[in-house]
Amino acid sequence: MLGRTANGLYWMSRYIERAENMARLVDAGLRLALTRESSADEWASVVVSAGARDAYDARHSEYSGPLAIDFLLRDTVNPSSVLSSIETARNNARMVRTALTRETWESINEAWMSLKRILAVPIDERELPKILDAIKRETALIRGSFHGTMLRNEIFDFSQLGTFVERADNTARILDVKYYVLLPSISWVGSSLDNYQWESILRSVAAHRSYRWVYEADYRPTNVADFLILNRRMPRSLAYCYRMILESLNFLGDDYDARHDCHDTAVQTMRMLQRGTIADIFDRGLHEFLGDFIRLNNKLGNEVAQAYRFY
Amino acid sequence: MAAFDEMRPEKTGLREPYSAYCDWLQAQNTTRLTEKMRDAESVFRRTGITFAVYGTEEAAERLIPFDIVPRIISGSEWRRLTQGIEQRVQALNAFLDDIYHRQEILRAGRVPKELIARNEAFLPEMIGVRPPAGVYTHIIGVDIVRTGENEFFVLEDNARTPSGVSYMLENRETMMQLFPELFQRIKVRPVENYPQLLRQSLSAVSPRGNAAEATIAVLTPGSYNSAFFEHAFLADQMGVELVEGQDLRVVDGHVAMRTTQGYKQIDVLYRRVDDAYLDPLTFNPDSALGVAGIMDVYRAGNITIANAPGTGIADDKAIYSYMPEIVEFYTGRKAILGNIPTWRCSEPDSLKYVLEHLGELVVKEVHGSGGYGMLVGPAASRKEREDFARKLKAKPANYIAQPTLALSTCPILTEKGLAPRHVDLRPFVLVSDRIRIVPGGLTRVALKEGSLVVNSSQGGGTKDTWVLDD
Repeated sequence: MLGRTANGLYWMSRYIERAENMARLVDAGLRLALTRESSADEWASVVVSAGARDAYDARHSEYSGPLAIDFLLRDTVNPSSVLSSIETARNNARMVRTALTRETWESINEAWMSLKRILAVPIDERELPKILDAIKRETALIRGSFHGTMLRNEIFDFSQLGTFVERADNTARILDVKYYVLLPSISWVGSSLDNYQWESILRSVAAHRSYRWVYEADYRPTNVADFLILNRRMPRSLAYCYRMILESLNFLGDDYDARHDCHDTAVQTMRMLQRGTIADIFDRGLHEFLGDFIRLNNKLGNEVAQAYRFY
Repeated sequence: MAAFDEMRPEKTGLREPYSAYCDWLQAQNTTRLTEKMRDAESVFRRTGITFAVYGTEEAAERLIPFDIVPRIISGSEWRRLTQGIEQRVQALNAFLDDIYHRQEILRAGRVPKELIARNEAFLPEMIGVRPPAGVYTHIIGVDIVRTGENEFFVLEDNARTPSGVSYMLENRETMMQLFPELFQRIKVRPVENYPQLLRQSLSAVSPRGNAAEATIAVLTPGSYNSAFFEHAFLADQMGVELVEGQDLRVVDGHVAMRTTQGYKQIDVLYRRVDDAYLDPLTFNPDSALGVAGIMDVYRAGNITIANAPGTGIADDKAIYSYMPEIVEFYTGRKAILGNIPTWRCSEPDSLKYVLEHLGELVVKEVHGSGGYGMLVGPAASRKEREDFARKLKAKPANYIAQPTLALSTCPILTEKGLAPRHVDLRPFVLVSDRIRIVPGGLTRVALKEGSLVVNSSQGGGTKDTWVLDD
């Protein structure tokens, strides 16, 4: 396979994942805004979670729901907005068209056509839930046709790497922005305000229902953190993402009969997630832990690009 | 000027090749057909078969309109056509070999020397170079027009990088999806093996000789090129890599592509990049689309480039007018497929005639393509003709003129039912160890009533082309 094709697949998947994550972040922000009074801070933290703070500050001087929603969903100045992401994903898919099944390509092309139409005009707040649903549905359709029709070969592996590097980054950033509400010393009492915050974290990774099946009805900060960091069955947790990353890297290592720096970094990161409990992580410092993780995750992305000659 | 209608000529009524189709058609209701027409459009849009038109921003990705009434050719008509086509492509290759070596045809005075020497399409870099297996133009699109029951003419030879074959394949695919019952009733010869034939044909001219080992790649200018869909489609259907200039590099005397496991040698490059951009070291130094040093590899015989650089000299519109002589010179026989009479405006007598008869003629730029920069005399306004005459007088050698032919018509489905529209035909020909022609081609149709311009960039559409198995 061409290095450029591997690169295209990787970024195609990252941007599809990003588009979906943006929709979930906005969804969670919307919930908080509906249930609480002051929301400017909340929207600021949504923008930070989206990794779009610098771009936002360069564009707007204040934080508000309508501004943040517009910026995260349809502003093409923001390279990570849903509209920009789906455009970039589709351009990459077009470039690697020969590597994709017809179903996968068509689902991406259709998502692009439909989201471009939906996001062409300023968003009517009353329509927002419908729009967020449409974004999630389109990305789900892409994932469905991809998983249903693609051969499990190197093409699949490079796409998976893109998806899970992006997802791990996203989950880690959401946690890092909100880590203070998870710290036991502050949220010891478990006020209703904190409950909203925890629910919002879970909601932004589509885990507010599954949490109750795995743990208990009450939100506890350690459980929320455990679920999103160490739980191996939760599809957006860091441990799950790294399980998938390692699987793909190992397949590539076997197929090509060569291991690279990225393999070592992935193993090192996985160890971080397997060794110890959530209590150990809190003892060491959640913020420090997440900072280390985000750095290692970025490092992995660069090493993958280098090992497989993306450029 | 009454045009020959291929379904129902005025004099004789329904023609035989269309009889089975018309039986079926009569049993259909118009509403259902109109629905099918819309289905076809959504199929094309969903699959992303679009065509970028230069200079129209909002239509950056536009569909080529597709008409659901097939254009039907009988088996015996097709056999006659292919004989003429085979003769023609043999002559084209013989001409190219001659023109870059001994130039016998110039010595014999059959083609004027200055036409070659002063022609930009002639590449001095190719003098004395003999491509692997001696084939210059491997993939040719021969544009054919019809004016009567037995009158076929070659309008143009496309010997550089003919496009449109993906539409031939997708049109058939779409028709089979929309009207499966038709293909059960009528035996239509298949075209879908074209990608396999293309791969076989390219493998057979690998410089390594052994066809099985050849690594083939398709070179595209990139995803913003107007024909990118076709490049990707062909690479995918052949099962070979689609590469860009940035993927390629000369490694140890060979052209190689950057893969996830390092550089891999390429034996045959089906390039869809123009000559000028192929090698920044030899041609346009600013080109980022090509491969630095590929011409050295080529001259050393270590890669096959399809089509070879410099094939443009064979399909140049000024050369076109000499094709009857060229065919006879190299094959020893009269051309089976005729040319359209052509006035070369570089010749003073011809220029005079053309200027006096602008209202009846079609005038084309010698180096133009895609229907840009041409004048269709009968359809042009007085002012358009006057403007064109000025351009013509300023640079006569830039133009040729041809009579306005009554191109045959074939019905299309309009809102008011069937209506005749002018068509042409581009069959695709593969040349290597032998000549391969898929039975069919791309039928282009002028959708505007009375229009003779079929180019997709000028509002033309396409039709599925059936060659009957009879």
